[in-house]
Amino acid sequence: MDNINHHLTDQLLLSYAAGTLPEAFSLVLATHISMCDECRARLGAFETVGGAMLEASVDNATEVDLASTLKLIAGGPKDPILVKPLAQKRESRVFPQALTNYVGGDLASVKWRSVGMGVRQSILKTSGEATVRLLHIPAGCAVPDHGHRGLELTLVLQGAFRDETDRFARGDIEVANEDMEHTPVAEEGMDCICLAATDAPLRFNGIVPRIAQPFLRI
Amino acid sequence: MLVAETATEITTRPFGRVPYFAETPHKGKNETCKKAARRVTEETRWVMMVGYIRDNQDQKAFAELFGHFAPRVKSFLMKSGADAGMAEECAQEVMATLWHKAHLFDPTRASVATWVFTIARNKRIDMLRKQRRPEPDELTWGPEAEPDAAEVVEIQQESVRLAAALAELPEKQRDLVQKAFFGDLSHSEIAEETGLPLGTIKSRIRLALERLRHAMK
Repeated sequence: MDNINHHLTDQLLLSYAAGTLPEAFSLVLATHISMCDECRARLGAFETVGGAMLEASVDNATEVDLASTLKLIAGGPKDPILVKPLAQKRESRVFPQALTNYVGGDLASVKWRSVGMGVRQSILKTSGEATVRLLHIPAGCAVPDHGHRGLELTLVLQGAFRDETDRFARGDIEVANEDMEHTPVAEEGMDCICLAATDAPLRFNGIVPRIAQPFLRI
Repeated sequence: MLVAETATEITTRPFGRVPYFAETPHKGKNETCKKAARRVTEETRWVMMVGYIRDNQDQKAFAELFGHFAPRVKSFLMKSGADAGMAEECAQEVMATLWHKAHLFDPTRASVATWVFTIARNKRIDMLRKQRRPEPDELTWGPEAEPDAAEVVEIQQESVRLAAALAELPEKQRDLVQKAFFGDLSHSEIAEETGLPLGTIKSRIRLALERLRHAMK
């Protein structure tokens, strides 16, 4: 297990348990939880709250047609039922399966595009309410100083970065909101790979990145 | 590995040795205890029914689960904004999924109500919001592993205790939790600190995960 110091907020876990987060955020949460037993247990607790809400949502007038459901069952499963795979050795892979499903493979399969200053990105396809991308920051390089208009989640998958608040290494997640201006810098020694989701365009503080922003979709 | 056998064993085993019931001899609380005991028995009964479906494709067990959960799923979906037709269709699919995925249910990590909730939630995302649901990687037991009866009972008890604690929350807070689960609150509208009494259940699931990790080594 990775030694994780930065975890998800209750707010995010509850929304993920309730199923109300935009897909882009859900992907970051699913990826973090795949690496973090602490947050997996907390998610389990929030889902138990969901179970209690379901149990309490009783309404005597509500009926569902059993005969039609039995017919539906006789027709076989709608989607193929996955047999639980045996536990795999996860150390050899950079991406948990949750992320691999969106990338189409592990780190080597990512189609990177340069965004300048050595930083590369790959935008993953999700529903439109928020966006999610992989970021490749060369060791020792900075992601341009930026503030946020919405919520931004940054999950480290390889290497580590530091910003004004702390150090973030594999499995750590940084939850940043609009009050936060920060300059993440990748640590020396290893390029840093992050998964970052936001529900608003990032706001870079230099004039050139700001002009480039519409073209880069960042 | 037979959940059915395990579950039968559970229902016939006295609950006296379990601290929650042993610790509450207060006369005034007797009714509450009995009620809680009935609820736990009910929860373990659902676990047994899912086992019957898995092992014997037992339609009677399914009908019993259906009678309890299908109306709840439907009204949950209607409270989440589905119209009656859509909620009916979704509820049927949720119950069909319960049948087809009975072998994937792990009673040491969740109650049947919680499991059904997650199926209904995912169906809502799929059918109402037309989105994919990224899920965390599964942690799996080895092929030979068997759920431990005591663990099954413990996790069902935790669910019952949590439900009781939720029912005792101030109305305003309980209302907010409901709204969050029915999809009426966005993540930014949910408080940073939810104040939900999740300590015990979290550590119980954590314990289960640790055993799981250990079993995988």
